[in-house]
Amino acid sequence: MFDNSSKNFSFVGKFKIFATISIILCTIGLAGVILTFFGVPAFNFDIDFAGGVTMEFELGTEVTRQVQDDIAKIFKDVAGVSANVTTSGNSGTSVLVKTVEIESETREELFDKIAEKFGEDKVELLSSEYVSASVGNDLKRSALLSTLIACALILVYITIRFEFRSGIAAIICLLHDVLIMLAFLIISRLPVNMTFIAAALTIVGYSINATIVVFDRIRENRKLQRGRGDFAACVDESIWQSMRRSIGTTITTLLPVILIIIFGVTSVRIFALPLMVGIIAGGYSSTCIAGPLWNKFKGDEA
Amino acid sequence: MKKVIITLTAVVIITALFFYAALCGFLGIPKVSEGVSLGLDLVGGSEIVYEAVIPEGTSSDEVASGMETAQTMLRQRLNNLGYTEANVYLSGSDRVVVEIPNVDDPEEAVQMLGTTALIQFRDHEGNIILEGKDVTGATAAYGQISETSVPEYYVSLQLSEEGSKKFKEATAKIAGYGGNNNYVAIYMDDAEISTPYVDPQYKGVGIDTSTPIISLGRDDSREYAQYLADIIAAGHLPFELKDTKLQSVGASLGERSLETSIFAGIIGVILVMLYMVIIYRVPGLVADLALLLYIGLFLVVLTIFHVNLSLPGIAGIILTIGMAVDANVIIFERLREELMLGKTLRSSVQSGFKRAYTAIIDSNVTTIIAAIVLLWQGTGTILGFAQTLLIGVILSMACMLIVPNLILKSLAELPHKSLRAYGAR
Repeated sequence: MFDNSSKNFSFVGKFKIFATISIILCTIGLAGVILTFFGVPAFNFDIDFAGGVTMEFELGTEVTRQVQDDIAKIFKDVAGVSANVTTSGNSGTSVLVKTVEIESETREELFDKIAEKFGEDKVELLSSEYVSASVGNDLKRSALLSTLIACALILVYITIRFEFRSGIAAIICLLHDVLIMLAFLIISRLPVNMTFIAAALTIVGYSINATIVVFDRIRENRKLQRGRGDFAACVDESIWQSMRRSIGTTITTLLPVILIIIFGVTSVRIFALPLMVGIIAGGYSSTCIAGPLWNKFKGDEA
Repeated sequence: MKKVIITLTAVVIITALFFYAALCGFLGIPKVSEGVSLGLDLVGGSEIVYEAVIPEGTSSDEVASGMETAQTMLRQRLNNLGYTEANVYLSGSDRVVVEIPNVDDPEEAVQMLGTTALIQFRDHEGNIILEGKDVTGATAAYGQISETSVPEYYVSLQLSEEGSKKFKEATAKIAGYGGNNNYVAIYMDDAEISTPYVDPQYKGVGIDTSTPIISLGRDDSREYAQYLADIIAAGHLPFELKDTKLQSVGASLGERSLETSIFAGIIGVILVMLYMVIIYRVPGLVADLALLLYIGLFLVVLTIFHVNLSLPGIAGIILTIGMAVDANVIIFERLREELMLGKTLRSSVQSGFKRAYTAIIDSNVTTIIAAIVLLWQGTGTILGFAQTLLIGVILSMACMLIVPNLILKSLAELPHKSLRAYGAR
């Protein structure tokens, strides 16, 4: 029943290849985290974390290079700060301005100046956000803390339900998925904000979910084997038995997320994009990494 | 056959009832649009966070009572400005959060709300008797005001030395005014809050104490005493309020966010349902029914618990839809495998469910752990996301295990020709 020479491709046998791909991707994410500690701006931290101001205006006119420069100039003249101006939304008539901390009075003046320039009846303040740096630091701490607490509790649960080595393998997969999400953020330059933390923690739950289903199959097949025989073959067999489920679940979870990316407004899209990457990474790690890793830990001990 | 029809009818009726309750309101359950409070990012509005700039040497008790005072002050100001739907709450030990739906000029609100209150005591002609700096404190208290009276709630003031002097002089005059003009009006930011009378017995002598009390008369209640004390103390906060965060979403953007999310959600559900039918056929149809039941139940639960729904919360709901069907994907794959081994439909359904349970429970418990950590550590929008995720995982586990179990088991009792309808090749 557990014949390693079956027609199916062996995940345990090709573990080195998968591990290399994963290590490269994870290294990008990990390097970003380490560089951040040394003050290198690897991530595009949103103002939730870094402190600062973002204001989004509907201008009612097409946003050209000239318009962007005009707005940046107003920020320079009124507040004395340099501002990053980009078009936002689907209409092409609204702008998103991001800059450092400025006072409430100045923000009000800025809006008045922009309304004056582009027509008071056309300009609308779509959204505005201001966060002081002290609030941002509190958020960073609580985000990191919640991830660590969640990982520790999940490890305890898996150790109770399976064994410690499988728990370690599952946690590595989980970190793997989150690191790949981080790598995606570094490359795409998408802003890192509080909603990303929510997305990352969802993936923590989802990735473990996918890994557990594979591990459950391994546990069951192992019982049928009465604990004897080739563990590696059992792992491969279990991965293949779970394959249709892994693909099915990845598709049904991805479908709504992709629709949010297609139809959603900017802020939801910023949430959904890393989520999509995380779901794909979760599907990949639970099939290609989780089982072979457990096998490796078990082999090292034997 | 009878059993199948009864089960199916029951599930369909219950699902229909949930949707009816969610869309139109039923048995005291309000409809979703009324029962769920939408976050400011969906209806438009501003969230302002003020942080107390606490001078060194302020005790934590002083800070705590000061924060209560600040909260009452902000509430009163919002009412004065006509923002009756605004929400004020404390966050942590030194932050107070203000939420105002539909505000046109958020920056004006930021500057107005955070300043120290202008507290004035005036006579009936508007002459200022006392100002904020003369009143060093105000506390609500309970007890007998005089030896012969019954205990009641009242407000005790603490006046500065100069304040006591001014108060004595003014009350000596006010006590003598006729025509019901013998009162002191208490103002905050030019809005009249309360008008306690000065007893005529003080005519010519005045109230000579640094701790006068305000009897509340008909308004005697603990809440009102605390409110009045807070308002008066607001003129003398032990710290300054600094705005540390402003998040403001225009009404048009909020509306668009809500519409597009609902649209994406509906299309998402339809696609997931189609996928299930195409891949799993009859069991897929059963899963779709269970999914609809889950969505209906979810909407009702959201309403009953008055969940505060913001954009990440809606994203969380849409995500749970995909994850909900996962439980069924696991079961149906198991069912298919058992059928392929040549077992009968009946025993395949039974062992399919039995073997899938451990995987479903273990995998959902880990998601629940993540959601609970978020609920415990998260703030603001993260909290809303964690709530919907937790409710979603628990409800979906219940719906997606119970409904297919009931229907498929009774379906399996029927005589069958084609196992293809159950996914076997």
